[in-house]
Amino acid sequence: MSFTYAPAPESRSVVDIAPSYGLFIDGEFTEATGGKVFKTVSPSSEEVLSEVAHGSAEDVDRAVKAARKAFEKWSALPGSERAKYLFRIARIIQERSRELAVLETLDNGKPIKETRDADLPLVAAHFFYYAGWADKLDHAGYGANPRPLGVAGQVIPWNFPLLMLAWKIAPALATGNTVVLKPAETTPLSALFFADICRQAGLPKGVVNIVTGDGTTGAALVAHEGVNKVAFTGSTAVGKAIARTVAGSDKKLTLELGGKGANIVFDDAPIDQAVEGIVQGIFFNQGQVCCAGSRLLVQESIQDELLDSLKRRLSTLRLGDPLDKNTDIGAINSAEQLARITELADSGEAEGAERWAPACELPEAGYWFAPTLFTNVTQAHRIAREEIFGPVLSVLSFRTPAEAVAKANNSQYGLSAGIWTEKGSRMLAVASKLRAGVVWANTFNKFDPTSPFGGFKESGFGREGGRHGLEAYLDV
Amino acid sequence: MPTTVPAHGNDAAGRLTELADVTASDSALRRFLHGLPGVDAVGLEARAASLGTRSIKTTAKAYAIDLAISMIDLTTLEGADTPGKVRALAAKAVNPDPTDRTSPRTAAVCVYPDMVATAKAALTGTDVKVASVATAFPAGRAALPVKLADTRDAIAAGADEIDMVIDRGAFLAGRYMDVFEEIRAVKAECGDKARLKVIFETGELSTYDNIRRASWIGMLAGADFIKTSTGKVAVNATPSNTLLMLEAVRDFRALTGVQVGVKPAGGIRTTKDAIKFLVLVNETVGEEWLDNHWFRFGASSLLNDLLMQRQKLSTGRYSGPDYVTVD
Amino acid sequence: MSDRLSVFKTYKLFVGGKFPRSESGRVYEVTDSKGNWLANAPQSSRKDARDAVVAARKAVGGWSGATAYNRGQVLYRVAEMLEGRRDQFVAEVADAEGLSKSKAAAQVDAAIDRWVWYAGWTDKIGQITGSTNPVAGPFFNVSSTEPTGVVAVLAPQESSFLGLVSVIAPAIATGNTVVVVASEKAPLPALSLGEVLATSDVPGGVVNVLSGRTAEIAPTLASHQDVNAIDLAGAEADFAKELEIAAADNLKRVLRPQGVDWAVTPGTERMTAFLETRTVWHPTGSLGAGGSSY
Repeated sequence: MSFTYAPAPESRSVVDIAPSYGLFIDGEFTEATGGKVFKTVSPSSEEVLSEVAHGSAEDVDRAVKAARKAFEKWSALPGSERAKYLFRIARIIQERSRELAVLETLDNGKPIKETRDADLPLVAAHFFYYAGWADKLDHAGYGANPRPLGVAGQVIPWNFPLLMLAWKIAPALATGNTVVLKPAETTPLSALFFADICRQAGLPKGVVNIVTGDGTTGAALVAHEGVNKVAFTGSTAVGKAIARTVAGSDKKLTLELGGKGANIVFDDAPIDQAVEGIVQGIFFNQGQVCCAGSRLLVQESIQDELLDSLKRRLSTLRLGDPLDKNTDIGAINSAEQLARITELADSGEAEGAERWAPACELPEAGYWFAPTLFTNVTQAHRIAREEIFGPVLSVLSFRTPAEAVAKANNSQYGLSAGIWTEKGSRMLAVASKLRAGVVWANTFNKFDPTSPFGGFKESGFGREGGRHGLEAYLDV
Repeated sequence: MPTTVPAHGNDAAGRLTELADVTASDSALRRFLHGLPGVDAVGLEARAASLGTRSIKTTAKAYAIDLAISMIDLTTLEGADTPGKVRALAAKAVNPDPTDRTSPRTAAVCVYPDMVATAKAALTGTDVKVASVATAFPAGRAALPVKLADTRDAIAAGADEIDMVIDRGAFLAGRYMDVFEEIRAVKAECGDKARLKVIFETGELSTYDNIRRASWIGMLAGADFIKTSTGKVAVNATPSNTLLMLEAVRDFRALTGVQVGVKPAGGIRTTKDAIKFLVLVNETVGEEWLDNHWFRFGASSLLNDLLMQRQKLSTGRYSGPDYVTVD
Repeated sequence: MSDRLSVFKTYKLFVGGKFPRSESGRVYEVTDSKGNWLANAPQSSRKDARDAVVAARKAVGGWSGATAYNRGQVLYRVAEMLEGRRDQFVAEVADAEGLSKSKAAAQVDAAIDRWVWYAGWTDKIGQITGSTNPVAGPFFNVSSTEPTGVVAVLAPQESSFLGLVSVIAPAIATGNTVVVVASEKAPLPALSLGEVLATSDVPGGVVNVLSGRTAEIAPTLASHQDVNAIDLAGAEADFAKELEIAAADNLKRVLRPQGVDWAVTPGTERMTAFLETRTVWHPTGSLGAGGSSY
C-alpha cells in the first residue's frame, strides 16, 4: 500500500470576493468612465471570480489628479508619521495574510503553499522595511533631506501581484510620493483588497490609487503628463515601449524586465541541495518568475548523475489544485501565457532538443503545463535564448569555469544567476564575472526587502529593495 | 540499477566486495569519504522544513498513524529497568490499545542486553522483535572484546536485532578505518542471527558532512540499519539528519543494489512529528522503505500520542492521557 | 469621586524576564516632585547587579542571533503595547517629573515613537555601517557590524521615561542585551516598562531593570569583567570619570555622559557606540594565463 495524501484544501471561506469592483481613486471605489468592465477568472478552474472596472485614459487622469492633490500634504508629513502609516499597513497585511493568500491563489493560480509561505510574508516584510526608512532618509546616503518626486505611475505584472505591489508602493510612500498603480489585467483582485487595507490603516485619500485595466490603461498612465516617476515590471518588449514613451520628459524611470537566468552547477556542488535549488529556480511559481533559473549549466563530468537525480526529484512534484496545501505546481496564469509556453516548448523539440517530463496528470479545466526539461540544448536554440516564463528548464553543459561564465553571459538579459560549488574562491570569482543583477550561490530564488533586486542589460535598470531601492523615488 | 537485496541477504556481502578497494586501506577510505558530495546545511534544513509543511489529513493520516505504530521500537533504556517494567512494555508492544484490538503492534521492544531474556519470554509467539542495544551503549567507551561479548550475550539471550553505537571518538579523530572495522566485527558477531542497527550519535558528530560520511562507513561495513542517536544526548533525531541519512541509503542502493534501513531515535514524541518523518521517507526513498523492515522509530512516549490520535480519528472526540495505558 | 480604596502596586525589579524583589530585601521611598510618597522601590544590591549581568549574558546568543527583521518586529511590538498603557505612563511620568498632564503625555508619546524609530533601524543600521572594501588583490573583503554583547546602562536621572527609552532601545536594536539602572529618584516608569517588555515578545534577559542607588550599583557594573560596554548617561561628570577608569579593566566600550536633548530625534550614535566591526577576507580566483584559474 502506498502513502497517498488525501486532499487538504485550504478553506475558501476566509475570503469574500465581491461580484464587482470599481477603480480606487481618491479613497473611493468608483465606476470606470462609460462603465466598461472586464472579468477576472481563476486560472485553475476558469471560474469567473469577479467583474472589474476597465480604467480609461480619463480615469487615469482622475487618479493622477487625486494623487497630485494628496501629494502636497503627504510629502509634507514628518517622515515619522508616514512611517507609522506604513507600519500599520504592514501589520494589517500580517493580520489578513491568510485571506490574502487564498485570494492570490484563486486569482493567480499559484499554490497556496507559495502564497502562504513566500508571497504574503514578503509583502508584509517589505512594508515593514520601508516603513522604517520613512524617517531615516537623511541617513540613506543621498544627502540631507532628500525630496520625493511627486506622483508615481506604477504598472505591475501578474506573477506576484501583491508582492510586486508592495515592491512599488512601499518605497514610493516611504519617500513621500503618492501613487497610481495599475495591476495586471489577469490579477487585479489583491490590489483592490489592498485598497481596503489602506482604508483600515486610515491612509489619507488619494495617496494610493488603484486603476485596473489592460495594456491601454497602463500606457495611458505612463504617458500621463502629471506623472513624475514611472516604475514598470513586466516584459522587455513593453519596457522598451515605455522607455520610448518617457523619452524627452522629466519622468524618472525604473524597469524590471525579463531574464534567462543561468544556474551553474560545478562538479564539487552539494548535489542534493543543488537539485533542490534547480527545482526551486525553475518550478517556483510555475517558472513564471523573471529571475527564474531557466538555463541549467551543468559541468559535463557530472551531467548524467545530476540529471538522474533531477528527474527522480521532478517525479515527486505534485501538480494540481492550487488551494491544496500539498500542491507544488499550480496553474499557468492565463490561456495566453499557456499558449506562449506551449509554442516555445514545441520549438525546442522542433530544433532538436530532447524533451522530458515526469508522468503527470493535468486537470481538465484551467491552464496547465507539466514541469518539463530539455536536454541537448545549445546556445543557438530558442529555448536557450528566449524567456519562456513557464515551468520549462533548458539544460546545457560546460567543461570549464570560463566556458560556464561565457555561456551564462551570452544573453540579452542579465537579471539573475546561480552558482553551485563548495569552493568559496570559485564561487566569488565566477560571481564577479557574471553580468547579472542578482547572483545566488548555493541557493536560488531568495528574496528579502533589505536586498536590492534588478537587472543588467535588457533585464532593465534601477533597483528595488534595500537602501538602493529608495533612489528610484527620490529626487537625487 | 542492479536488483535490490537487503543488507542481511545472502548476496549482500558479495555486492559490497565490489567496493572493496574503497575500504582497502585507511587512506583509500578517507579519500572516498571526503570525495562524497558536500552537504549545504541551509539547503538541507530548508528541504526538510518544506516537507514538514505537508498536510496529512483523514485517510492519509489514518494510514500514517497505523504505519508509524508498526514502525516503533518501543524502548526502555534506564538504569532503573526491571523485569516487571520490561514485561509491561512487551505487553504494550503486543497490544498497544486495550480498547481497540485493531491497533497494529509495534515492530520491536528495545532494551539493554540483560533484559533481553525477559523481553523474549514475554514476546514469545508474537511477531514483535526484541532489539537490544549493545557495544557499551550509549558511550561506546569500552574495549572491542567487551563490545563483542556484550553483543554475543544479547544474541544468546534471544535478541533479533542489535543496536550498536559507533566509536565517535575514533571518528572525530579521523580514524575512520577503526570505526569501519569495529562495525564489521560486530556484524560478524550478528551473523545471520540478528539484524544490525548502527547508531552514529549524530548530535556528537555535529556536522552534516560527518553524518553523511558515517552513514557510508556504516553501510560499507554491512549495517542493516543506520540509526541517528542513542536518545541520551542533547540533539537526537531531527528531520534534517534523517533526511540526510535517507539520501545516503538511497544513493547506496543505487550504487550497490543493497538496501539499508533507517531509524531515527530520540525526541520524536508526537504524531505530527512522526508523520513528518514518514513524509520524508515517502518523498525521498519512496514506498519501498515504508515498511517496518526498512524504517523504524526509536521512541517510547510517541506510541501513546499515536494511539490518542488514532482514537480521535475513530471516535471524532479528542482523547486524553487517561484513555491510554501508562506502560 | 468614588470612595473605593485603590490597590497599590508593589514595584519590582525586572531581571531575566522575571520580577524579583531585591535579594537584599531593601526598598527605598520614592516621592513625587512635591515630596508625597508614591511607592517603595527595590533598592538593588551588588548581587542584584551580578544576577542581572548573568541574565543579560545568557540572552545574548538568542537575541543577537535573531534576524534583524525579528528584532524590529519585537521593538515595534513594544510600541504597540505601550500605546495601550499610555495613560498609566502619562500619570507616572507626571508624578515622577512634576509635569503637567499634557507635558507628560508629550514625553510618553515621544518615547513610544522612539521605539518605532529604533524598530526601523534594526535591519538598516548594518546597511549604513558596513561596506565592501576594494582591497588591492584577488580578495573579496567585506566589513559588517555586530553587537558588542552586554551593555550596562545608567539611565538619565532627569528624563525618567523618554530618556530611559532613548538609551535602552538603541542598545538592544542592534542585538546587545542591557542591564539598566533606572533614574534614582524617579524609577517607577522604568519598573513599569519592565512589565511592558515582559508582554512584548522581548526575550527574558534582553532588558534587565534595576532600581536603587546609582552610586552603589554602577561601580559593580563598571568593573564587572563580563560586561562589554557601559553607557554613562545617568552619571555626573566626576562619578563618570571614576566609572570610566573602572571600565578600563576589561576595556569596556564607554559612552560618556553628554548633554542630550531627549526630545530631539536621535542620530545613530547610540547604536554605533555598541557595535563591533568585523572584516572578512576571502580569496577570489583570478584570471590566470590560461584565462581561467578559478
